[in-house]
Amino acid sequence: MKLVIAYINPFRLDEIRDALKETGVSGLTAINAQGFGRQSGHTETYRGAEYEVDMVPKVRIEVLVDDVLAPAVIDTIERTARTGSIGDGKIAVIPVEDVIRIRTGERGNDAL
Amino acid sequence: MESGHTAWLLTSCALVLLMTPGLAFFYGGMVRAKNVLGMLMKNYVAMGIVTILWILVGASLAFSGSTTIGDYGVIGNFDLWGLRDLGQSNDHFGLPYPDNVQMMFQLTFAIITPALIAGAIAERMKFTAWAVFIGIWSLLVYVPMTHWVWGGGFIASNIEALDFAGGLVVHINAGAAALALIMVLGPRIGFRKEAIRPHSLPLTILGAGILWFGWFGFNGGSALAANAAAGNAFLTTQVAAATAATAWILAEAFTHGKPTTLGFVSGAVAGLVAITPAAGFVSPLGAMLLGLVAGVVCFYALRLKFMFNFDDSLDVVAVHLVGGIIGSLLLGVLAEEAYGGVAGSMDQFVSQAISVVIALVYSFSVTFVIAKVLDMVMGIRVSEEEERGGLDLALHEEQAYGFVE
Repeated sequence: MKLVIAYINPFRLDEIRDALKETGVSGLTAINAQGFGRQSGHTETYRGAEYEVDMVPKVRIEVLVDDVLAPAVIDTIERTARTGSIGDGKIAVIPVEDVIRIRTGERGNDAL
Repeated sequence: MESGHTAWLLTSCALVLLMTPGLAFFYGGMVRAKNVLGMLMKNYVAMGIVTILWILVGASLAFSGSTTIGDYGVIGNFDLWGLRDLGQSNDHFGLPYPDNVQMMFQLTFAIITPALIAGAIAERMKFTAWAVFIGIWSLLVYVPMTHWVWGGGFIASNIEALDFAGGLVVHINAGAAALALIMVLGPRIGFRKEAIRPHSLPLTILGAGILWFGWFGFNGGSALAANAAAGNAFLTTQVAAATAATAWILAEAFTHGKPTTLGFVSGAVAGLVAITPAAGFVSPLGAMLLGLVAGVVCFYALRLKFMFNFDDSLDVVAVHLVGGIIGSLLLGVLAEEAYGGVAGSMDQFVSQAISVVIALVYSFSVTFVIAKVLDMVMGIRVSEEEERGGLDLALHEEQAYGFVE
């Protein structure tokens, strides 16, 4: 099993969610996040004072998948999140030791 | 007495009182999330403390009789303390509505004026020191100024300056006090070094809307009757606010490239401030000119605090002091006989200028002394640890926004 974590542009979330549904994932979690990478920050103006804000809004998506589906999920996120400009984000893939569905106590692939 | 006048002034009382909560949210949205309750509280508490003091002695010292030095009326007497002889007549003030309504109407002005100062001292002043400050300030600064301008004192009687709804009494008074207080208090940790951004502009914009709405009672009610003068004040209030808001975002787009929501509402408030002393004396086109000047000048006045390193956190000086001066001065030349019975002239302009200087110097110097003494006696600033952690938890043991729920 894998935990696929993607840091994406917030405005790509809807399309990524739709595309991931088609790959057959059973669920995902999306979290509002702030951060910086090579894109660095932006400028905001409040009453004439300009501020360099180094954190930009991002969405962090987490998807738990079995090893068979993982390549398709990673590929889907990569394709759908890409706009070609700086700030498209990153994907990280982490091996998962176990997954437990709390309601039933199922474990491993059965819990996905 | 007539029921029509009474009904309108009662309505105005409620409109003006609502401005203080509106101001609280206007300011509250502009501070960081860890300080929003502290900001709201500093406004709301004025409704508590000032009401008590006003009823006990403030109203009497402002509006009962006049103690003179030479020909100059400087302060009222204690005859009306506790408003105990107020009754239900209009014998004291001779207005076309009961005296109790007039005292309530004036109370709402006494409340919002110290609350205006709160924007300058945001995110770093002790609550206890603030509570004591506004009590003392009300009696030593607000009450005399009110007496001089509206209570038969020397600014109205001897200098013959005009102030329809509080350019001197409310805005220059609060703006000059804000300047003195921040000189004693010092800037916030991180001022000019890090981004101190508003935590909720929607709250600020809603607060500004409530202020704009309430201002119709502030200026319209200041006609002290339900008549054509109130109608003119309504009209000029709207025109000045709308023009200043539009002028501000134009200046902003011209200077920074983009119009901002905070800019639009700040411009509206600047216009409302500038029209306050003039609302009953100028024409709609005069109000438009006033709004244009206020919107542009107040926008550029924002830079002063960075030049002088004064952390006027939410721009009380740039909006209320500068806007109040613009309105009070230009009123001298923009007044038209057909609207308020006074024709603009060089003489009137000079009277206005003298009254502006008196209000500014008196409020600034007395406030400075009050702040210095309070700082020595009880300390007016929170500790560095409290400031970094936020005033809400440190001073009130509450938080506005939890992590869950």
